[in-house]
Amino acid sequence: MNRDQRLFGLIGECRTPFILSFVSGTLAGIMMIGQAYCLSTLINGAFILHQPFSALRLQVALFALFSLLRMLLSWAGHTEANRGTLHIRKKLFLQITNTIARRGPLFARSMQSGKLSLTMQKGVGALDAYFSQFIPQLYLAIAIPVLILIAVFPIDPISGLILLLTAPLIPLFMALIGKRAGALTDRQWESLSRMSGYFLDMLQGITTLKIFARSRSQHSAIEEAGENFRVATMKVLKIAFLSSLTLELVGTIGTALIAVGIGVRLLSGSIAFQAALFVLILTPDFYLPLRQLGLKFHASMEGASAAKDIFAILEAEGPEPRNGSRSPDRESVKSLPITFGKVSYTYPESGVLAMNSASCCIPAGKTTAIIGPSGSGKSTLVSMILRFADPDSGTISIGHDPLESFTIEGWQQLISWVPQHPFLFNETLGENIMMANREASAEQLQQAVNLSGLDSVIGGLPQGLDTPIGEEGARLSGGEAQRVALARAFIKNSPILVLDEPTSHTDPELEASLSASMKTLMQHRTTIIIAHRLETVQSAAQIIMLQDGTVMHSGTHEEMLRMNPFYQKALAAGEKEPS
Amino acid sequence: MKTFLRLTSLVRPWFWWMALAALTAFAATGSGIGLLLTAAWLIAKAALQPPLAALQIGIVGVRFFGIARGVLRYTERLISHNTTFKILASLRLWFYDAVEPLAPARLMQFKSADLLQRIVDDIGSLENIYTRVLAPPVTAILTSILMWFLLGFWSQEAALLLLLFHLLAGIGIPALSAFLSRGNSSGILQEQALQQVLAVDFAMGLGELQLSGNLQSHLERLEAAETEKLRLERKNALSDGMHEALTGLLMNAAVIAVLSAVMPLVESGQTSGIALSIVTLAVMASFEAILPLPASARHLEADIHAGERLFEILDATPEVTAPLSPLTIPTDLTLEARNISFTYPGSFRKALDQVSITIPHGSHTAIVGPSGSGKSTLTSLLMRFWNCSEGELCLGGHNINLFDPEELRRHISLVSQKTYIFATTIRENLLLARPNATEAEISSALEGAGIGHFKSRLNEFTGQHGMQLSGGERQRIAIARAILQDAPIVILDEATANLDPLTEEEINRTMEQFTKGKTLITLTHRLKAMERFDTILLFVKGSIAEQGTHRELINQNGVYSRMNGAGRIPKTS
Repeated sequence: MNRDQRLFGLIGECRTPFILSFVSGTLAGIMMIGQAYCLSTLINGAFILHQPFSALRLQVALFALFSLLRMLLSWAGHTEANRGTLHIRKKLFLQITNTIARRGPLFARSMQSGKLSLTMQKGVGALDAYFSQFIPQLYLAIAIPVLILIAVFPIDPISGLILLLTAPLIPLFMALIGKRAGALTDRQWESLSRMSGYFLDMLQGITTLKIFARSRSQHSAIEEAGENFRVATMKVLKIAFLSSLTLELVGTIGTALIAVGIGVRLLSGSIAFQAALFVLILTPDFYLPLRQLGLKFHASMEGASAAKDIFAILEAEGPEPRNGSRSPDRESVKSLPITFGKVSYTYPESGVLAMNSASCCIPAGKTTAIIGPSGSGKSTLVSMILRFADPDSGTISIGHDPLESFTIEGWQQLISWVPQHPFLFNETLGENIMMANREASAEQLQQAVNLSGLDSVIGGLPQGLDTPIGEEGARLSGGEAQRVALARAFIKNSPILVLDEPTSHTDPELEASLSASMKTLMQHRTTIIIAHRLETVQSAAQIIMLQDGTVMHSGTHEEMLRMNPFYQKALAAGEKEPS
Repeated sequence: MKTFLRLTSLVRPWFWWMALAALTAFAATGSGIGLLLTAAWLIAKAALQPPLAALQIGIVGVRFFGIARGVLRYTERLISHNTTFKILASLRLWFYDAVEPLAPARLMQFKSADLLQRIVDDIGSLENIYTRVLAPPVTAILTSILMWFLLGFWSQEAALLLLLFHLLAGIGIPALSAFLSRGNSSGILQEQALQQVLAVDFAMGLGELQLSGNLQSHLERLEAAETEKLRLERKNALSDGMHEALTGLLMNAAVIAVLSAVMPLVESGQTSGIALSIVTLAVMASFEAILPLPASARHLEADIHAGERLFEILDATPEVTAPLSPLTIPTDLTLEARNISFTYPGSFRKALDQVSITIPHGSHTAIVGPSGSGKSTLTSLLMRFWNCSEGELCLGGHNINLFDPEELRRHISLVSQKTYIFATTIRENLLLARPNATEAEISSALEGAGIGHFKSRLNEFTGQHGMQLSGGERQRIAIARAILQDAPIVILDEATANLDPLTEEEINRTMEQFTKGKTLITLTHRLKAMERFDTILLFVKGSIAEQGTHRELINQNGVYSRMNGAGRIPKTS
């Protein structure tokens, strides 16, 4: 289905306001004809019949009445179209957020950064002009000319014929605009966004320009780019505007033709003055909605490109985590192992086979360390335990129950997650911790803060726990962010724990305190840790070594040392040079 | 008002172009009036059954105005678009020139791309200040004056009445709709800002939201913000619809009022009845110029908001300004920090605290320490991105503030972990470092950075933020740029942190060769092959904790030796 059909399809689900808008538009058109009739009789009475103003009160009153009704009706039409549009916008917005929520974090991360939030925030709004202006105008551009033709034909068939013959020229040119000039406009849009992209690029890279002492000389490059853009665009516009010139000319020449035609027929007496005036008043209104359609079409262009991004989200292909129906039992989960049985998974966007028939068992209540080179499937394995993704084939079970049989939400309630780069929300620090367990008491919060080593951080913040930590946790360092995630895990107190050990903080003191906190947290929980430190691996109850998406070896540290030459090599290298 | 005046002063260079466009727009509207006016005259005259010759002038007039209107509208569009693009280009240049001295210190809070995008959007919305804000009132006023003279020909009273209706429709209704929708625009902006935060949190923190069981409540908050935004937009749309309808109503009222003024004159024979149809149609046509005014009022409000945001950024005083008579850079490039301290604005801790060091010309120094210990701050001070809060930083015995900042930077090659790759070709990205580099120089720089095979890919596009390249490739392009720049001081700020050990080793060897005789400062948190440095400075919390050669520091058994000992599982097996 092409874009316009899909957009049009959205109206189908919310017809009433649009139908009401069309009806009011049509009625307003009838009022307009009534106005023209009153006005022509009014002037006819004064001019031809020499009636005094007082004798023409009825016409004046009727004219006023029609004007008032027309105003109310067109307002209603406008309002209804707007109501329908907002309805569609809200619906699309919810569809987008729900799709993202359903597809999960892996999907959200696969999209270009910023694109999702931008589409949510601006993309849907950009569709407004399409629905609230273009669609109603599309209808009016048909209804109003038809109404006027119906009114004019019985009174003056010749003028009616001129209107009828010139009218199709406009849709014809419109079609040409749609094809030829439309392609040109598309190109102009593209170069416009490229141009603003170029400028944004310069602003973002201004520090790098400074480093090379090139920031001042960039002035002329920006000037040149702007000038090139102007010249190229004007070339396009000269042609694009030609079609609207033709449209305009059809309208004005049509008016001129009719005026001259009825003028000549008035001379010969074959038409009455009142009829002539009536036709003349209506003629500009005949062409107006057609001309405006072109303008509204341009106004809706932005929405058309936004629609592409919206449908890319709504119709993106790929698997999504399967939501089961049962709730897992918290107590039994504590004592049940998690087993991977021939699990495979391919990332839908990149086609990378990240897990290839991997089988392993993660014992309950103990720590399992996952090691392996980057790209070996460590984070995919973790994603599956977190239910961010479900296997393409094979099963992951806890005890005898496949994870898929549980609701995602219910399962996730039993897990705490401490990623490498935890996301911090634009809230206070306290809120960022409490979100993991809203029922936690103040004491529990304080305890989590102490256990995760956040107390010293909080001491340095102006409002302590109530300090807002800014967009994406801007006020905290990476190590501090990870402590917040640890505090979340402490306060959530869940039977299963998924950890990604930090690699990037080499402050020895910080590292020591973090790993001590982690150790406390890991006690008596089923823990899966992506390990980078030797000490962590040595103290784990079980080690799983991944390579190319399969489990290459697993066992305890001693077993691995004894049996596994790769492990020995890895350890030897690890001791020699830290990386 | 002040913002508005500042904004108009920005577009003043284009005054004559704008005046020309406004005049053409007025001429087009005038032709529209002329077309209907002559048409009405034509049929009214014809109704009196004069000889055909008497109608000739009307027939010519109708044709003339009919064609003129279209052609004038076309011309006006070309002129006004051309002017708009000129304005846009000059606004960008103006903003760039104004913001350039402020970077990067005063732009620190605009790190995220979203905020910069907002700036670019603001400038984009200002480009329309002419077409949407300044031009419509000019056209409307000219049209009103034209109608005043036109109607005044028959009746002063009618002219006055029409003027009254024009004022009502042109000023009264925009004022009314501004009154009814007051606070809406800022309310919508507020909801948008809130939604922006919620949307980013949602898209980036989806995993955390799921795991903490807050997904539903977050979705509800997003929906609530959307609902509130739509509610305000609905209020706006209602008042939009109202002013459109009211303008139509006023037009019809104006017709009646003008007719009631002219009719008695016709009755008493002072004026020909032909005037009746002429004034009716002319009055109707004149409202075409009034219709865009309410929208112009709203755009004005939006433009002032955009202008205020931009001026707020630009009104900051630059952190660093060039001295009026800068010293030339000396040949001895010994670096010396004398008791320097530095605190980032809005921060509570000192990023650097009383640091004194000397880095002799041609020496190789490593600065190590955990992240946040002040290593990069030292670089930023040396690059003159910031000024020291206390103490002074000297080059060859002179305070670096005495040099021209650009000249100083030409003497330093800085490769940082966050080097920016521009969305252009690989070649352009390299030429940034030396605009007149020869092919041979480019080749050897690429070889040095371990990407000799890029020689055949120089004209490839790097994509937005260099996304067409891998992280390692981007980093190596940054290194190639530094080699190409060939400055006497080279600073590598975690330059090889993203690379695999083999490549890292290879590049380090090249850099070793390349920096012979140059001053090399390597900032790193990974202690690898540290023996190659003359001096190692260990930074902890903004101060120098330990200082010496690798051997000396190991033997000290302090933080350095502990950092060196931390065992890790290597990333590759």
